[in-house]
Amino acid sequence: MASPPDWPDTVFGALKDAGVRQVAYVPDAGHARLIELARGDNAVRAVPLTAEQEGVALLGGAWLGGEAGALLMQSSGVGNVINMLGMSAECRFPLLMLVTMRGEWGEFNPWQVPMGQATQASLEAVGVIVQRVDDADSVAETVEAAARMAFQGGRMVAVLIGQRLLGAKNWDK
Amino acid sequence: MAGTQNKPAAITLHRRAVVTRILRDRGDAALVCGIGNAVHDVASCGDDARNMYLAGIMGGAAMVAFGVAVAQPDRRVVVITGDGELLAGLGSLPTIGVEKPRNLAIVVLDNQAYGATGNQLTHTAAGVDLAAIAAASGFPSTALITDEAGIEAAIADIYDRPGPYFAVVKVTTETGPRLDVSRDGTYISRRFRAAMTGGG
Repeated sequence: MASPPDWPDTVFGALKDAGVRQVAYVPDAGHARLIELARGDNAVRAVPLTAEQEGVALLGGAWLGGEAGALLMQSSGVGNVINMLGMSAECRFPLLMLVTMRGEWGEFNPWQVPMGQATQASLEAVGVIVQRVDDADSVAETVEAAARMAFQGGRMVAVLIGQRLLGAKNWDK
Repeated sequence: MAGTQNKPAAITLHRRAVVTRILRDRGDAALVCGIGNAVHDVASCGDDARNMYLAGIMGGAAMVAFGVAVAQPDRRVVVITGDGELLAGLGSLPTIGVEKPRNLAIVVLDNQAYGATGNQLTHTAAGVDLAAIAAASGFPSTALITDEAGIEAAIADIYDRPGPYFAVVKVTTETGPRLDVSRDGTYISRRFRAAMTGGG
């Protein structure tokens, strides 16, 4: 990619506008810029995790304490969160997840494909509302809409950011 | 067996007595209770809107409490949970150890067994030392408690010491009477949130 995409900056603005104060994340190339923005903002507590399910529990606690949060993760981590999402479902915790996709458009690593292909169905099976976005110009408005549905509509919502948008990377190059 | 330097004498503390003593001084603290007997131990001291009972899900209690602690920086947040529950979410210790929330304390009632499923042994029965793991994960103060004097000495640490604080209390597998604690997560969580925020 010739220049860095600017959607993470507008997405971060959408998260701030939605009142997000806690951002939980695992290291991820697709979310690198958004993580950097969260870490650089004194009004946001950015929490690096060892695994994604910690973030689901953290954001349940955030809501219990009166704050909104967002979980940044990759599709390969979706399998890790399913059981913990049972808590969010039973407690009706609002939950916003931004998931960068692997294992789909132009994937070179076969190990990414099983979870990537099962991501949307897995989330929907446990009751998460899934909204996909595949073009950069639509990411911010999709996150804004998802945040409203999560925090005002009181639902678990995941935005899947398509691999076509992110650019099918090839570590072998 | 590993961990011989910390190998305790026979376990004598009873979990309900331990929790009763700890909660006597709770003040305005919020409590997050892990699945299983910890919920009943805490509820036996009187149901309270500031108690978040996690009646399901292994391994989430410490992180839920961490989220509350970030959102409520002026309030002490205390986790009461079992060794099995914590072992199911062990990654939360380094995550919390890195962030060092000053208002968070974790108390593990370590009976070395999975009480809800027939007292099968947990890894702590074989010497796995949760307090050492917490210390190695960056918790500035940890304790291994095996007697009543240790509990008394830990009270001030649980509620006032700059955290994150972590205590393992070795307890027998004996349990107290089970209570009629609500398993309705939607109800319990909204009641808790209102108590935290002063609103609905």
